[in-house]
Amino acid sequence: MTDAGNTQPAPADIRPPSQLKPIVWVQRNLFNNWFNSVLTVLALGSIYFIGRAVLEWAFFTADWRPVTHNPILYLVGQYPRDQLWRVGASLLLVSFLTGMSWGKWKGIMRSFALLLGIGLAILGIIPAGGQLGSLAVRIFFLINLPAIYLGYLLGSRKFVTGGLVLAGWLLSFSLIPFLLRGTGEGTMLPTVETSMWGGLLVTLILAVGGILLSFPLGVLLALGRRSSLPVIKLFSIGFIEGIRGVPLVTILFMSSIILALFLPPELRIDRLVRALIGMTIFSAAYTAENVRGGLQAVPAGQIEAAKAVGLNNFQTTLFIVLPQALRAVIPAIVGQFISLFKDTTLVIIVAINELLNIGKSILQSDVEFLQLQFEVFIFVAAVFWVLSYLMSFASRRLETALGVGER
Amino acid sequence: MSDPIIICRDVEKWFGDFQALKGINMEVNKGEVIVIFGPSGSGKSTFIRTINRIEVHQRGQIIVDGMELTHDVRNIAAIRSEIGMVFQLFNLFPHLSVLQNITLAPIWVRKWSKDEAEEIAQQLLERVGIPEQAYKFPGQLSGGQQQRVAIARALAMQPKIMLFDEPTSALDPEMIKEVLDVMIELAQSGMTMIVVTHEMSFARAVADRMFFFDEGLVVETGTPDDIFKNPQEDRTKLFLSQILTT
Repeated sequence: MTDAGNTQPAPADIRPPSQLKPIVWVQRNLFNNWFNSVLTVLALGSIYFIGRAVLEWAFFTADWRPVTHNPILYLVGQYPRDQLWRVGASLLLVSFLTGMSWGKWKGIMRSFALLLGIGLAILGIIPAGGQLGSLAVRIFFLINLPAIYLGYLLGSRKFVTGGLVLAGWLLSFSLIPFLLRGTGEGTMLPTVETSMWGGLLVTLILAVGGILLSFPLGVLLALGRRSSLPVIKLFSIGFIEGIRGVPLVTILFMSSIILALFLPPELRIDRLVRALIGMTIFSAAYTAENVRGGLQAVPAGQIEAAKAVGLNNFQTTLFIVLPQALRAVIPAIVGQFISLFKDTTLVIIVAINELLNIGKSILQSDVEFLQLQFEVFIFVAAVFWVLSYLMSFASRRLETALGVGER
Repeated sequence: MSDPIIICRDVEKWFGDFQALKGINMEVNKGEVIVIFGPSGSGKSTFIRTINRIEVHQRGQIIVDGMELTHDVRNIAAIRSEIGMVFQLFNLFPHLSVLQNITLAPIWVRKWSKDEAEEIAQQLLERVGIPEQAYKFPGQLSGGQQQRVAIARALAMQPKIMLFDEPTSALDPEMIKEVLDVMIELAQSGMTMIVVTHEMSFARAVADRMFFFDEGLVVETGTPDDIFKNPQEDRTKLFLSQILTT
């Protein structure tokens, strides 16, 4: 057949079938014989009864008082109430930068900014007891919305480069710990010991800090493991295999208690920082192995081509190998980060008041709450689920965004 | 004819116990076009890869533009930036656009400004006949177009020598011509080229000398006329009869 013949419109009977109408689809797939009809009815029935039972429990039976009584505990733990503005200011900084990233990079950052905005708006207007219900705290939340938008407007401007936004993030991540911890008594920012911090604040600090620190460390270890220099190679292998052979709980114990025993008192590192170090090296070892998988997936021809155009080893790694290797292992790395995020609950064993531990202490704080474990743990689980799902959602968006030009 | 830009003396190379190159001698003058052909496994690809030290030779001497290839890193860098290479499987960087593929090395190795590099990249894309593809990614191009981008990428470093490692072997037949046309134009512009290929039409059109490789040795060498009309060795005759009839 000639090409000209192919350009004629096909007769109706050999065109691709059109989409089925919903009712026809249901008939053909759910009720096409008596057995499938019975299954369909049974399934619908069980969904109805289970769903009704869950909703009835959630809205009528369950006693949510341990959650609603003083929700601010879940957010910041024992952080002094008169210093809460410092947490608010940190949040404001993050909102502003998220807005800027939205303006700069659009795409996935837009989803993030919108989700953050929606989340904070909900926190700002839901009816809540304790200090969360106070006007001041509501304003703290709601003021983030214009901050995000302001950041967006600024980020959309031409003169704001990607590097500038990144520098802003880096700067604020190094600033926030000082802001929260303070500069000492008598100054504008009186010291708030980290033992006073708690709740989601600590969970997020451990998770975000752990991710941001373990990622570069993991990449370096993965590269080190493939290095041709024996010292670096042996060190990397020893580090990775040593850490991976030990449970996280053990590492947390070691970094928190044993380290403190051996170091002289004047070198005492803050307890939260010790936990963060433990999480970081643990996660770095796993990240390193994920990244190594990606490094091995980069074809040798890519490295040859990079060398042939004259790039040196460092440039080849930075511009050619790593971008391809990391893209290939985004799902694995995000999986690692999600599990790091959930593993933050383990710092409970070194008595740090992260989200789950706060839930536990609230249960014990009031005789009336003692029997309400189910409600509290469901609530904490829901918070973890939402945040973990966000990460997994981000990972999928990132994969699609970076999929351009895939072979 | 006494201005050799590449001198190879008794180049030997082993992969483990297997000797891939058993003492190759070759001198290439400025502006010459050399075609290397031979059965697979004969060491022809290995040989041209030793010239920019993607493979390391273990014995013998390779001197490119007056610089000997040794373990001295500075020499290797200098030589690599004078030699462009085109691969059988293109080896474009899939995560970079066509324009970024071409400008990466000029910007980071030659230290040109981005604008300057992009302007030259556009000119090169024009030269290889695909100026409209600059902002696409390699995965969106046909094989022939990818190979032409690869040629432009190599030329962007303004090399004195171009190496081609079976540049058309992975292409559909209808795309071979578009790549060969670019290579012929390049040869006629006076570029020094070493081409590993079985495209005898290309050899006839522009090759100055041909080298027949077998089992790690140069079996026969001569002008295209010598090789095609009057091959001396039985091995050459047999090989030519096989590839010219198919």
